[in-house]
Amino acid sequence: MNFQEHAAKPLLAAAGIAVPAAKPARTPEAAAAAQKALGPVVVKAQVPTGKRGKAGGIRKADTPEQTSAAAEAILGMTIDGLRVESVLVESRADIKREFYAAVMNDPASKGPLVLFSTLGGMDIEEAAAKDASAVHRTAVDIRDGFDAKAARAMLKGLDLGDKDAQVADVLVRLYQVYRDNDAELIEINPLAVTGDGRMVALDCKFVMDDSAVKRHEELAKKGTPEKVTGLEAKGRALGLRYIELDGDVGVLANGAGLTMTTMDVVRHHGGKPANFLEIGGEAYTQAKPALELVLANPNVRSLVINFCGAFARTDVMTEGVLAALDAIKPKLPIHWSVHGTGDVEARAMLKEKLGVVPFETMDQACAAVVESARKAGGHR
Amino acid sequence: MIVRGSDRVLVQGITGKQGTFWTERMQEYGTNVVGGVNPNKAGTVHCDVPVYASAKEAKKALNDEGGFDVSVLFIPPLGVKEAALDAIEAGAKGLVVLTEYIPVHDVMWFLAAARDAGCRVLGPNTAGSVTPGECFCGFMPAFNDNIFKPGRVGVISRSGSLGTLICLNLAQAGFGQSAFIGIGGDPIIGTTTRDALETLDVDSRTDAVVIVGEIGGTMEEAAAEYAGTMKKPIAAFIAGSAAPKGKRMGHAGAIVMGDRGTYDSKARALTAAGVTVVETPSAIGAWARESIGGRRAS
Repeated sequence: MNFQEHAAKPLLAAAGIAVPAAKPARTPEAAAAAQKALGPVVVKAQVPTGKRGKAGGIRKADTPEQTSAAAEAILGMTIDGLRVESVLVESRADIKREFYAAVMNDPASKGPLVLFSTLGGMDIEEAAAKDASAVHRTAVDIRDGFDAKAARAMLKGLDLGDKDAQVADVLVRLYQVYRDNDAELIEINPLAVTGDGRMVALDCKFVMDDSAVKRHEELAKKGTPEKVTGLEAKGRALGLRYIELDGDVGVLANGAGLTMTTMDVVRHHGGKPANFLEIGGEAYTQAKPALELVLANPNVRSLVINFCGAFARTDVMTEGVLAALDAIKPKLPIHWSVHGTGDVEARAMLKEKLGVVPFETMDQACAAVVESARKAGGHR
Repeated sequence: MIVRGSDRVLVQGITGKQGTFWTERMQEYGTNVVGGVNPNKAGTVHCDVPVYASAKEAKKALNDEGGFDVSVLFIPPLGVKEAALDAIEAGAKGLVVLTEYIPVHDVMWFLAAARDAGCRVLGPNTAGSVTPGECFCGFMPAFNDNIFKPGRVGVISRSGSLGTLICLNLAQAGFGQSAFIGIGGDPIIGTTTRDALETLDVDSRTDAVVIVGEIGGTMEEAAAEYAGTMKKPIAAFIAGSAAPKGKRMGHAGAIVMGDRGTYDSKARALTAAGVTVVETPSAIGAWARESIGGRRAS
């Protein structure tokens, strides 16, 4: 779950990392009013992407008029495909230097990774791509944590002016924010050294581990809901992993790997999947609502049902599909491939209720579904 | 990690609905289940084995007959860290962690403890492992003998359902498996593709290997480095070539970010290492016939 700057920075402030005074605004008038209390400001688009600066979504303003104009220009912009609905009006810092600091989950070391660079600012990714040594990395044993001693060791040899202790302090606090909030990633960029010698976090990106949301229900309310279509929202409400795509072949399968593969093989045979929807894991009993979801997409012209049971029992899933077919009575062609746990019972059910014999392989079922989508397409 | 019929297996969360169902299947198949854990039902017998309050209690009680080697966890997400640490401290040599949606900080914690203790971990978010004809751990349809047959092809998979389909394709082509190693669909897991590849490389019962990968992460790329040094023939199928960027395709680990984790990057690395990358699962049978052929086919 992503958190926008205005939702992430309070976590830093609560942990004792300085952030500029700021106020969110959804209209130019509100932005101008916020500026009056703050003096010189930066008006910043609130969208969860790192491309705001380059897209013109961050502007300076010194007066209410300038602030209103800046907000007017930014609100309604589309940055990286995201529409700007609100801005943050933030007291402008006197920046002398910009650093980069982050903590993230690292699949390679299977633990937390602390990152620091003296090349903070907008171009950190390019700087890192050009010179990997520009970003310093320390793998942490999560059982030990990351203390001031570890932070000082990490910063040793870097030219930080006289800011070593202050930077070390920020890293330790940032690591604590990461741990306390089950972050997948928390990043300060830039971490600024101001004219009066303070360290201030000018931007913050925070991604919470989706699997830990249930430990942070209050905080999660401040996260940015993922953009979903109407059908995707319906799927989530049912606890189903449904992603709407732009093709015309409906896909119902169990297990993430098998579902992806079904899409791949449909594509391999020249078809276009209309959705990703898997009913693996505990969701295997949800075949009925799942199929209703697939068929609610008006673009679907044919359907492939590909079950390969392990934990998910194919007989239980087939029963759910039969119930959905009974309720909806869809007219479209359906192609089956059924193997694994419960497949003998599932095949018997299909034979008895529908007079259907599943294909020998999923390859054949996918080839057939692409062919029938093409034929059905011609009639519409 | 290959689980053997001689391994003594503990089931944490044995009394739950899934724990019970799959323990019975494991026992029928030949898995040597020696005990279960549920703190609220300690002292009872479930699935014909004693239930203990903890893995440490189980170890103590079973010590004279050899304790336990591997623990299989049927535990809800927020309880896994504690259960895994219990098993590791009790001296488990291996853990099979089936649960999906465990907070990643918890995962990193018990993986660090397991690493220090020399305990191998399959998962999290794995369907388990199968050693055809011997035993299985987790919720794999090992008992379906159209799919799992004793043989000499080792299979490594991030996905239970897709891995099962690959084994079916091998079986239909007349090839059994030496081991199915389900490594799990999470981004941070105990046994990586490369780790499993190293295990199968030195396994004397394995003549060839199939890697069942997915988009997301860089595990297949890391495995390719090792694959290049192997003599045993290797094929790979990578799921997700048709998946859109930036979307989690069911598995938390299956997401393409920027240029990282793409199908092309994985297929390129594996191909360069001499691995045969097949475009559909059904092509696995033809590969097996060509590369292993009549040589100790099953």
